[in-house]
Amino acid sequence: MSTYRIQGATGEWEVVIGLEVHAQVTSNAKLFSGASTAFGAEPNTQVSLIDAAMPGMLPVPNRECIRQAVRTGMAIEATINAWSRFDRKNYFYADLPQGYQISQLYHPLVGEGSLTIEADEKAGIPQDKVIGIERIHVEQDAGKLMHDQHPTMSYVDLNRCGVALMEIVSRPDMRSPAEAGAYVRKLRTILRYVGSCDGNMEEGSMRADVNVSVRRPGEEFGTRTETKNVNSVRFVMQTIEHEARRQVDLIEDGGTVVQETRLFDPNTGTTRSMRSKEDAHDYRYFPDPDLLPLELDDAFLEECRASLPELPDAKRRRYVEELGLSDYNAAVLTAEVETFARFETLLAETAKRLGKSEKDAATQVANWSLSVAPGVMNALGDEANPAHATAEAQAAILQMQAAGEISGGQAKEIFEIVLRTGREPAEIAETEGLKQQSDTGAIEAEIDKVLAANADKVEEYRGGKDKLFGFFVGQTMKAMQGKANPAVVNELLKAKLG
Amino acid sequence: MTELTELGVKAIRDGVAAGDFTAREVAEAHNAAVAAAGELNAFIVTTPDHALAAAERVDADRAAGKQLGAMAGVPIGMKDLFATKGVQTTAASHILEGFTPEYESTVSQNLWNAGAGMLGKLNLDQFAMGSSNETSYFGNVISPWRHKDGGNADLAPGGSSGGSSAVVAARIAPAATGTDTGGSIRQPAAFTGICGIKPTYGRCSRWGVVAFASSLDQAGPMARSVEDCAVMLGAMAGFDPKDSTSLDLPVPEWEANLSADLRGKKVGIPKEYRMEGTDPEILESWERGKEWLRDAGAEVVDISLPHTKYALPAYYIIAPAEASSNLARYDGVRYGLRDLPDGAGLQDMYAATRAEGFGDEVKRRILIGTYVLSAGFYDAYYNQAQRVRTLIARDFEKAWAQCDVILAPTTPTAAFALGDKMDDPLAMYLNDVFAVPASLAGLPAMSVPAMLNGDGLPLGLQLIGKAFDEQGVLNAGLAIQQRAGFDAKPEKWW
Repeated sequence: MSTYRIQGATGEWEVVIGLEVHAQVTSNAKLFSGASTAFGAEPNTQVSLIDAAMPGMLPVPNRECIRQAVRTGMAIEATINAWSRFDRKNYFYADLPQGYQISQLYHPLVGEGSLTIEADEKAGIPQDKVIGIERIHVEQDAGKLMHDQHPTMSYVDLNRCGVALMEIVSRPDMRSPAEAGAYVRKLRTILRYVGSCDGNMEEGSMRADVNVSVRRPGEEFGTRTETKNVNSVRFVMQTIEHEARRQVDLIEDGGTVVQETRLFDPNTGTTRSMRSKEDAHDYRYFPDPDLLPLELDDAFLEECRASLPELPDAKRRRYVEELGLSDYNAAVLTAEVETFARFETLLAETAKRLGKSEKDAATQVANWSLSVAPGVMNALGDEANPAHATAEAQAAILQMQAAGEISGGQAKEIFEIVLRTGREPAEIAETEGLKQQSDTGAIEAEIDKVLAANADKVEEYRGGKDKLFGFFVGQTMKAMQGKANPAVVNELLKAKLG
Repeated sequence: MTELTELGVKAIRDGVAAGDFTAREVAEAHNAAVAAAGELNAFIVTTPDHALAAAERVDADRAAGKQLGAMAGVPIGMKDLFATKGVQTTAASHILEGFTPEYESTVSQNLWNAGAGMLGKLNLDQFAMGSSNETSYFGNVISPWRHKDGGNADLAPGGSSGGSSAVVAARIAPAATGTDTGGSIRQPAAFTGICGIKPTYGRCSRWGVVAFASSLDQAGPMARSVEDCAVMLGAMAGFDPKDSTSLDLPVPEWEANLSADLRGKKVGIPKEYRMEGTDPEILESWERGKEWLRDAGAEVVDISLPHTKYALPAYYIIAPAEASSNLARYDGVRYGLRDLPDGAGLQDMYAATRAEGFGDEVKRRILIGTYVLSAGFYDAYYNQAQRVRTLIARDFEKAWAQCDVILAPTTPTAAFALGDKMDDPLAMYLNDVFAVPASLAGLPAMSVPAMLNGDGLPLGLQLIGKAFDEQGVLNAGLAIQQRAGFDAKPEKWW
């Protein structure tokens, strides 16, 4: 239970949040035309006759877009509707050449599902929480109007027009900005795992319509407002904070919240009214007669299911249960596709070199991946070339460290040189003298000198002052300029001190 | 020498192949007929060069000993609803006046691939909305037929494929393309004494055909014989991956399998088509039709299509609903007419462009369609009409347990005079009453000429078949054609 409350003049209020996330489907071609979907092309260079709605042009569904939406549905354990249908949403706008958007109102491709946001005490999420997802439907994106190209006219860029979007509609299950933020992040993680959306909010690949209402805790839902096209997690949270506060103030001042569409202004962190319900479009939805119902056969569904990767929750569980990682490490390592991919490659390489199971190597690799390696990289800043941080190089360092050839400090130093130069770790250790001395003869010689120079302390030790052992270790290491293998030093010292 | 303009599709094709005349001679004869028929106002643009170029290719191919296509050397009229690359395509509207596509519709391309050439783009009711060809921005098409009493009132050639019916009946083109949404091939064919078939929905690609009502629109041939329709339909039809509603089936050998032997076949007579107010001569033609089919060996049985009376109202909800959405793209933004009054914003431009660019009938249907789809009315109108549509399709499904093909009149009356029904849209809509049920059910249906009425005007008979059974329709049509002996043609007055 979220304890997030808005303190009003008349008492506490609870915020109720539902999100409609528009995620651009990863696909080379648009939903109903063969035009390219690459981001950043010159205006109107990725427009087919269909996208421009020339007379007599017809949409043909792109199988890959449907497949990606189905896989996404499967990833949130949703009902997949083997029979769905496209509807037309009719309205006039210059960025909508057909005069309608092809969408799915009545029979969406994906039905009821859910995702789990993880407990985060600091964020006020005391335990894991399941957020319901009502549906995912597939629809066309619109084009873009450009108002800054001409003093009196607007220009239209149709490159985005017809690009496939998944609209992922949550239940009104969230009760705090933090929960909404966690939901968007988790959804983004899942989409990126599945590969159905790149989750790039800056490029507009993901944007959210934020539905917010307030109520006295436990009472009926209040009237909601919908803030359109919010394009970052931070802005989603700001929208909710601002909108909830605004609604509480409004109600407490004797006003009523009106159902309306609002816009978020990132510059001020506030929302403003775009249009009220009275001005709302009548979209005159009806089944698109140019398209047959979408019927998915078992083979298609099976292929979609078989192509799903291990998903975030399962991976995280496996990291804890099978690899023995801490909850925290497992959570961090599985949050991003790139992170776990790097970790798993390094783990496999390291385990192979050590001749150990992945489980036995996992903790060392996790610590390296999460604290040691990022520490070195951050310290180097721009001087680091991330391309040099190959799994082979890092596994070689970890292997030398595990074999006692280098110390932890030397591992960092070697990695630093690797990042700067791309040289081989073994060669660096050799050339730069970054190796531990494990030669018992050399160490013994130094120990003998240390013991001889500190005969009084040897006597005290032998008389029972065990704590002096550390002193001898320290002196020996100092004499060896820190390059002696501490284990060997310990062993030899113990033998000599009897 | 043979009067080349008297020849049909098959005769021209076979004559060219046999070397009786050249394709170029055929094209020239028809180009001349086109040029001489301006009074009919059947063409929006003429394309004599297209016809000649196609003919020359055919003559060259023949000289080179190449295999000739199914329509080789046949010059045809192209309804101006089909996008033709480099040739103005208007749907008979002002809003598309001057619009020249960069692409060719699948159906027209199929015809060119089969060796046909184009005489011109044929006039039609604006956006195919009308039953008399009086809603065209480019003026009425005038039927080549006249009352036999010598009265020279201009008659309607039917609609919406009125340019098509007029030129085929007038021997200006041996055949023309039509499109049929709720009778737009069959009704004009009946009015002008020619044949026309609307195939099963999905048989001909809709890609590149200006859309009226997507779930109903079907292209088909209009020609002077059942055989010619079979030939031309074979060239037009075929699966098109660019149209999601296209039928992924091989095109049957309709021409090769034509047979007027109907022994073992049952012909259904739907009692609901015997409507009050139907012209007695129409009923007489229906009676003759039954006799002819019996004579061809068929058994005639009475059937019932109980939801027939709801077909027209359902059609006039569904078709305008789809049209209201399909025509939204004509907004002045990207192509066609743009009316941008001084200081106007986007909404003003939409309003001005569409007010100026659409004719009254088109506006009427956009209004109706917008209304029936609007919040609060959707269930009562659009959804209800869709349920009726399902019931009508079911009526036919049940009927096929009793018969193989259905015989009915094509229209409730013979051709009326231009202007007769323009002030009464409902009376105009009623002219489609017999045509609409097959459209709603997506079934193949054909009109063949049966006889002349007392005024000397043609009456057509309609054959409706099972889905995918164009052959059954064509065969029954052929049986009628052989027995009706219809050889009347309009006296040339233009």
